[in-house]
Amino acid sequence: MIGINHYLILSAVLFALSVMGIFLNRKNIIVVLMSIELMLLAVNFNFITFSSFLHNLAGQIFVFFTLTVAAAEAAIGLAILIVLFRNLRSINVQDMDSLKG
Amino acid sequence: MNISLFAAIPEIFMAAMIVVILLLDAFVADNKKHLNTIFTLAALIGGYILQVYVFIPGQIQLAFGNMFILDSLAQGMKLFTYILAIVTVIYIKHYINDKKIMKGEFYAIFLFSILGMLVMISANNLLILYVGLELLSLALYGLVALNRDSTKSTEAAMKFFILGALASGLLLYGISFVFGATGELQLDKVFQAISTNGSQNAGLLVFGLVFIVAGLVFKLGLVPFHMWVPDVYEGSQLAATTVIGSVTKLASVVFIIRFLIGGLVMLSHDWSLMLSMLAFLSLFIGNIVAIAQTNIKRLLGYSTVAHMAFIAFGLMTVSVNGISAVVFYTIVYAITALAGFGVLLFLSKDGFECEQIDDLRGLNKSHPVYAGIMLLVMFSLAGIPPLAGFYAKFTILQALVELGYIKSAVFAVVLSLIGAFYYLRIVKVMYFDEKDVGLQVANVGLLPRVALFINGGLLLLIGILPSGLMNICTQMITS
Repeated sequence: MIGINHYLILSAVLFALSVMGIFLNRKNIIVVLMSIELMLLAVNFNFITFSSFLHNLAGQIFVFFTLTVAAAEAAIGLAILIVLFRNLRSINVQDMDSLKG
Repeated sequence: MNISLFAAIPEIFMAAMIVVILLLDAFVADNKKHLNTIFTLAALIGGYILQVYVFIPGQIQLAFGNMFILDSLAQGMKLFTYILAIVTVIYIKHYINDKKIMKGEFYAIFLFSILGMLVMISANNLLILYVGLELLSLALYGLVALNRDSTKSTEAAMKFFILGALASGLLLYGISFVFGATGELQLDKVFQAISTNGSQNAGLLVFGLVFIVAGLVFKLGLVPFHMWVPDVYEGSQLAATTVIGSVTKLASVVFIIRFLIGGLVMLSHDWSLMLSMLAFLSLFIGNIVAIAQTNIKRLLGYSTVAHMAFIAFGLMTVSVNGISAVVFYTIVYAITALAGFGVLLFLSKDGFECEQIDDLRGLNKSHPVYAGIMLLVMFSLAGIPPLAGFYAKFTILQALVELGYIKSAVFAVVLSLIGAFYYLRIVKVMYFDEKDVGLQVANVGLLPRVALFINGGLLLLIGILPSGLMNICTQMITS
């Protein structure tokens, strides 16, 4: 029987994978953007799980908003990536070193 | 279900004005672009007036089915946000003209970020809180990236974006656990649910709380999540740094007060511990690393990290005095930072950005008024007695000592003393170093100079007579 814990663990695993994708990735900024999307989807999964087990629709409505915001976020992220590529001629994470942080 | 929109009229007006400004920018000829500035100011002043009329004192107004709240905290902080935004526009006007930044876009994105702040300040529901936060953050990424031919700016924007999105993700994950544990998204109902059946699902709540604190603290810029602050401050143009460095702080702090004090105050034992550890670290790293900086914007970035630690200390107390001290501190910090950035903006002009400490050499000889205001700003940031920054620090320390957090208070004082070094170095450079080339000031016009003068004078005035502002802050918190 699949219970609430299985769903929560699945979304936790997805979330952890995406956070690792952001931090361990040493190559490509596009992978970072994909990880960000994955992270938001993991959160959505969490919301839907709770919503379905609590019989509370608010969680599913939240998911619609998250999806919309995620789309806007992806658009802005890609736009910034394009201007960055025009200046830097590279999308390698390691080339982003003109600021010391 | 309450579907009245009355309390949200100023925000609706702002949203409409942003659309007007976007259209205006598309259809107006290039030589009439100053209309953009006028419309932006009109939107902000109109919003301010509407905000004053909408509010009924002593009453909590709700809109959008109780998702949107207008209480005295929201009202006070919104009015301050409007005022600071108006002053920001006055300061950056000549800079944007000189640097030939795309005006229409800049002002439209700026107003979007202001709208995001207003929504955040009024949020009574986790969904609205999140939407307001994203509206603010997405607009800020855009503002930083607007200087699109500069490698530094675009790189700063990319870092800001990645870390900001990560923080929103963490926050959202935490919110999902709060929703799971309480079954509610409305902040007051979350509070009720936790206080009635607290021990049930406690593990789930605390697990979520860790993520929430991480996300919130990122927005303030406390230590393990502070990497973006100096980079973004340094990388973006001064106009964008001014927006990020001053007005935004008001909304972030109200956001944290609403979330942690309004919704999750039952868990204050857990989150105050986390906040205190982060505050210790940020005070230390912010003040120590700032000593090594040669770039003023970067230095102010690290100084922000140290100042936000004070705010975290104030939040940690969870007392009326502590929270009103936090609100007071935030307002004073925003005013001080705005004056500082104002001076830097006035000293920058086409082809020259005043951002190295050396650029200020001998400022007193050439422009004694600007040097004087910068002096007030630096003294206020360092917390030297007759100025506003001193009283702000003092109230926070008072609240800490009242509740027995002696160690934190002593630590904060010692680290502030170390911090005074780098503020005073700027003063020394301005007053005692000789300049080798004349520093040319941009022709800024009368209004911005008067605004800057009042802004500088305000630092002194609040420092000498703090009770007026302090009473306002206490009223905002208690009612």
